[in-house]
Amino acid sequence: MADTIGIWVAALLTLFIFSFLYKDNPLYKMAEHLFIGVSAGYWVSYLYQNVFKPNLYNPLFHQGKLLLIIPLILGLMMVMRLFPKIGWISRWSIAFIVGITSGYYLITYLQTNAVDQVRASLLNFSQINNIILVVGVLSGLIYFFFSAEHRGVLGGTAKLGIWFLMVAFGASFGYTVMARISLLIGRMQFLLGDWLGLLH
Amino acid sequence: MSEKLRRKGRGCRKGGLIPLAAFIFFLFLWDGAWAEDLDTLPPSPPREVTAFDTPNDAGGSITLTWRKSTDDGTGAGDVTAYIILRAERKEGPYKEITKLPAGAVRYEDTTTKDGVDYFYKVSVSDGVNISESPPSQAVHSKAQWFNFKRLNMLLAGFILSLGIVYFISRARAGKELYIRKIAGLDAVNEAVGRATEMGRKVFFIPGILDLDDVQTIAGLSILGQVAKLTAEYGTKLEVPVCRSVVMVTARETVKEAYLDSGHPDAYNDEIVHYLTDDQFGYAAGVDGLMLREKPAAIFYQGAFYAESLILAETGFSVGAIQIAGTAMPSQLPFFITACDYTLIGEELFAASAYLSREPRALGSIKGQDLGKAIILFILGLGVVLETLGITGFSQLFTTQ
Repeated sequence: MADTIGIWVAALLTLFIFSFLYKDNPLYKMAEHLFIGVSAGYWVSYLYQNVFKPNLYNPLFHQGKLLLIIPLILGLMMVMRLFPKIGWISRWSIAFIVGITSGYYLITYLQTNAVDQVRASLLNFSQINNIILVVGVLSGLIYFFFSAEHRGVLGGTAKLGIWFLMVAFGASFGYTVMARISLLIGRMQFLLGDWLGLLH
Repeated sequence: MSEKLRRKGRGCRKGGLIPLAAFIFFLFLWDGAWAEDLDTLPPSPPREVTAFDTPNDAGGSITLTWRKSTDDGTGAGDVTAYIILRAERKEGPYKEITKLPAGAVRYEDTTTKDGVDYFYKVSVSDGVNISESPPSQAVHSKAQWFNFKRLNMLLAGFILSLGIVYFISRARAGKELYIRKIAGLDAVNEAVGRATEMGRKVFFIPGILDLDDVQTIAGLSILGQVAKLTAEYGTKLEVPVCRSVVMVTARETVKEAYLDSGHPDAYNDEIVHYLTDDQFGYAAGVDGLMLREKPAAIFYQGAFYAESLILAETGFSVGAIQIAGTAMPSQLPFFITACDYTLIGEELFAASAYLSREPRALGSIKGQDLGKAIILFILGLGVVLETLGITGFSQLFTTQ
C-alpha cells in the first residue's frame, strides 16, 4: 500500500514537472517548491550524517584526534555569519578555503591539464591520426593564447583551433544528448511501467 | 638442471627395477590422481629475497624482490604460486599476506605500519609441496620528504610560478600588459545596459560546485565585475546559489562591488540567496525564477553539469541575453548552442583579468601564456624527435 502511494506521488510530481514544457503553472510551482524544500532538507541531513559526523565529530570527540580542532574552529568562524556584528570573522575561513583550493589545484591541474597532455601529444607523424591530433592540440593551444592579437598566421592558426574545438563540441553534443534521452527513457519506463503497468 | 629435477632423476635411477617401473606405470593408468601424490619433492626456493622501504612514497609500504625459483618456467617447471609471508620477529611466527602467480618477482606490501620492523619470507609452491626462502633482513617503512619521480612537476610548477611572479611585478611597476579581446566579455556592458533599459533584473548563476572548484572562484570574480556594473546602473541583480559557502562568498563579493562603486546602500543580502544543494532541485528553482522574473540578462559563470541546457533553454525562452562561461567540456556545446556568448575553458579564467585590468590578474594571465609558449615549443620539438625515432625526450614528461 505504501509503495503504491509512493509511486502515485512520484508519478504525479513527475507529470507536474513535465507540465513546465507547456508553461509555468501552479502545479509546476508546487512541485518546484516541494522539490527545493525537500532536497534542501535532505542535503542538510546528508551533510550532517556523511560529512560532519564521520569527518569531524566522531574523530574529534570519540577518537581524540585533536588536530581536528582547527577545522572545527574554522567552521565555527564561518557560522559567525549569523551575527552581523562579527560576521567579518567568516572571511578568514573563506580565505583559508580559497587558498587551500588554489594551492591544491595548481599542481593537480598542471599535471592533468598540462604535463600529462604534453606527454600524450608527443607523437610521431607516421600516422594520419597522430598528425590530426598534434595539429589540433597546437592550434587549440594558440586559440587560448591571450598575449597576442589573433591576426595573420596566429589568427589563422587560432581559427583552425576553434574549428577543431567546434568539431569536438559537436561530437560531445551528440553523445550527451543520447545520454539525456536515456534519462527521459528512464522516466517514461517509470510512468508507463511502475505507475501504469503498461510495460512488462 | 634444477635441484628438484636432479633429485627426481636420482629417484628414478634408484628405483630402476623393471617391476617397480611397471607398477608405477600401472598406477598412472589406473588413477591420475595417484601420480600427483608421487611428487614429494618441493620446488627450489626463491633466491636473493630482498625487502626495502618503498622509495618516493608517503610511508606504509615495503617492496619485496626475489629471483625466481629454478623450477619456475625452467627445471621441473611446475611452480604454481609464490606465497609472501611476514613476521615482526625473525624467528616468526610468519603469516601469509598474499599469494602471487608463477613468474612473480616483486611485491609491494602496502599494509605495513611505519617504524615497525618486518621480516619476510617468500615460499614457492608446486601445488603439493612448498619450500621457503630464508628470511629477509629487518626492514621498516617510512614516509619520504620528497617524491623524486615528480621532479618534473616541481620544475613545471616552479617555471610557471616564476613567470607569473615576473609578470605581476611588471604589471605593478606600471608596465602595460596586453590581453587580446574576448568577445563574450565585451557583451557584459551591453547585457547589463539592456537590463537597465528594460527595467528588468540581471541573473548571475555561479555554477553548481562549491568553492573548492576553481571555476566557481573564477565565476565569483566575474560576479564582482557584473555587480559593479549593476550597482553603477542601478539595475537589480539576483544570484541564486546552491552551496552555502558560495552564498557567503558571493555576498561578500557583491557587497564589496557595491561599496567600490559608491552604492553601498543599494546592497542587501537578498541579492544572493540559497535554493538547495540538489542539482535538479536547483535547476527547477532557477527555471521558475527565470519564468517569473523574466531577467533581461543571464550570466552562467562557473562549473555546470546536466542542468546547463535546462537553464540555458529556459533563459533563451524568456528572451534574455545570455553569457555563459565554463571549463566543463561536456557542457560547453549546450551553452554554445543556447547562449549568445560563451567563454570557452580558459577564457573563463582570463575573464576576470580582462574585465578588472587588475595587475595581479593580468600578470597571472601573462605568466600562464608564457607556460603555453613553452608547451608549444616542447610539443614542436618533441614531435620532431619522435618522428626521427628519438623517444627519450617524451619520457621526461611522464608523471606519477
